[in-house]
Amino acid sequence: MALKQREVARRLYAKELQESTLFYKEHDDAYAPQYLLTPTGAKCNRVFVVGTLTEKENVGVDADYWRARIADPTGVFPIYAGQYQQQAVTQLSSIEVPSFVAVIGKLNVFHADEGPVKVSIRPEFINVVGAETRNRWVLETAEKTLERIEILKQGGENVAKVHDYYGTDTSPYIAVVIEAVKTLVKES
Amino acid sequence: MNLKELAEQIRDRFSNQGVKISASEIEQRLHSLVDDFKVPTEEASRSVVAYYSKLNLQQVSASATEVIYSKIKDINTEDKWINVRVRVVQLWEPNSPSIAQVGLLGDETGTIKFTSWSNAKLPILKDGKSYSIRNVVTKSWQGRFSISLNKASEITPLDEEVAVGRAEEEISGTIIDIQSGSGLIKRCPECNRVVVKGHCAEHGTVTGLYDLRIKGVLDDGEVVTDVLFNRELTERLTGMTLAEAKERAMEALDQNVVADAMKAVTIGRYYIVRGNKTPRWLLVTDFTEAPQIKDEDISAVLARAQELL
Repeated sequence: MALKQREVARRLYAKELQESTLFYKEHDDAYAPQYLLTPTGAKCNRVFVVGTLTEKENVGVDADYWRARIADPTGVFPIYAGQYQQQAVTQLSSIEVPSFVAVIGKLNVFHADEGPVKVSIRPEFINVVGAETRNRWVLETAEKTLERIEILKQGGENVAKVHDYYGTDTSPYIAVVIEAVKTLVKES
Repeated sequence: MNLKELAEQIRDRFSNQGVKISASEIEQRLHSLVDDFKVPTEEASRSVVAYYSKLNLQQVSASATEVIYSKIKDINTEDKWINVRVRVVQLWEPNSPSIAQVGLLGDETGTIKFTSWSNAKLPILKDGKSYSIRNVVTKSWQGRFSISLNKASEITPLDEEVAVGRAEEEISGTIIDIQSGSGLIKRCPECNRVVVKGHCAEHGTVTGLYDLRIKGVLDDGEVVTDVLFNRELTERLTGMTLAEAKERAMEALDQNVVADAMKAVTIGRYYIVRGNKTPRWLLVTDFTEAPQIKDEDISAVLARAQELL
């Protein structure tokens, strides 16, 4: 068997993640990776996000269980780290609020009874970074989001799935990109 | 296949390399091996090819007053005997005791993988040095060419340095992971392989020599690339020298603190990395941190977004 390909860390804004609810597997196999298909057509298993750590709290009773919030210009990424994310737990406990942080992690889906699907990030690694890294991420994520929208318009791989589930209007996500990138423009 | 066909096949193979041998002569040899010496056909074919290769080689070296050197970018056929003028670009850890050295050689037109076999007992090539290497054989695996140094190869060190053309790749992205086996490691003093728990796969229990390296994962949101930083580049990337790394490990009584410290200063940051591609790794030769974003970049993205609305 070929070596299992490492999942690419996708770039997307918090606003888009909040509105993503379509999870699927490519195979029936219990160990097949689960993907989140977002409204702009990003197929995510792992993500890379950079933002401001705005809250953190150890909500565990017997063991460490950290809840944290990371804000980008468009919204908030919820983060949950428990005993299987020991590295991230250690990092979270020592990072000060607020700080710019980079997070690499897998997506976690929570189906509340009757309630909406909630997506959060289960971090593999959290690191304090500088403003230049944060700004670059905001710009890079804008580029990646626009690229995905362009591909959707040309009819890419998951177009039918995206259109069936989320509809065909991508303009809200273009607006999100504009809103995010405008925060990078220095005020003069 | 009968011996006549086999003989013709061997003849064609040599004639492709500009060597004329008659098919009947080849067939005769094959018959002798198969009928008189009861050798399996496959082995007989091999024996005959080896015989003519050696003969051919002697003729080549005897007749050649002026050696013709091939350029690396022109290497596009398999099993061809050629001469090269090259500089050693990189040396890797051989993964088998039958390989004496493996790495990359370069000339002004590009780089190519080479393998020097242990049983050839050739002089050791030094990293960064330039050589004339005569009588090497071209090989191909999965569409990539390499050259093989064998018993007949002649290595002559050159005084002048061969310039190496940039057949390198440049990629950018974020370091999103540093894999195990990174940081402070020990290498076997004999063969340079990484020593695990004081044990070299080839030489058994050895006193390893300390080294630094990073096996990183660079991710640009579309593809992931495994990137390998050698000691010098690891020191520059992390700002930690080998001496400091040793000191830290000894203080903590744990080698892993070095890799952890390296993760803390690299993961999540953007880099532009240049290096030589191998099937598994990008062997980094140079890198820079990604520059700060510019106002033009911002306006370009805004314009692109407006266009999509």
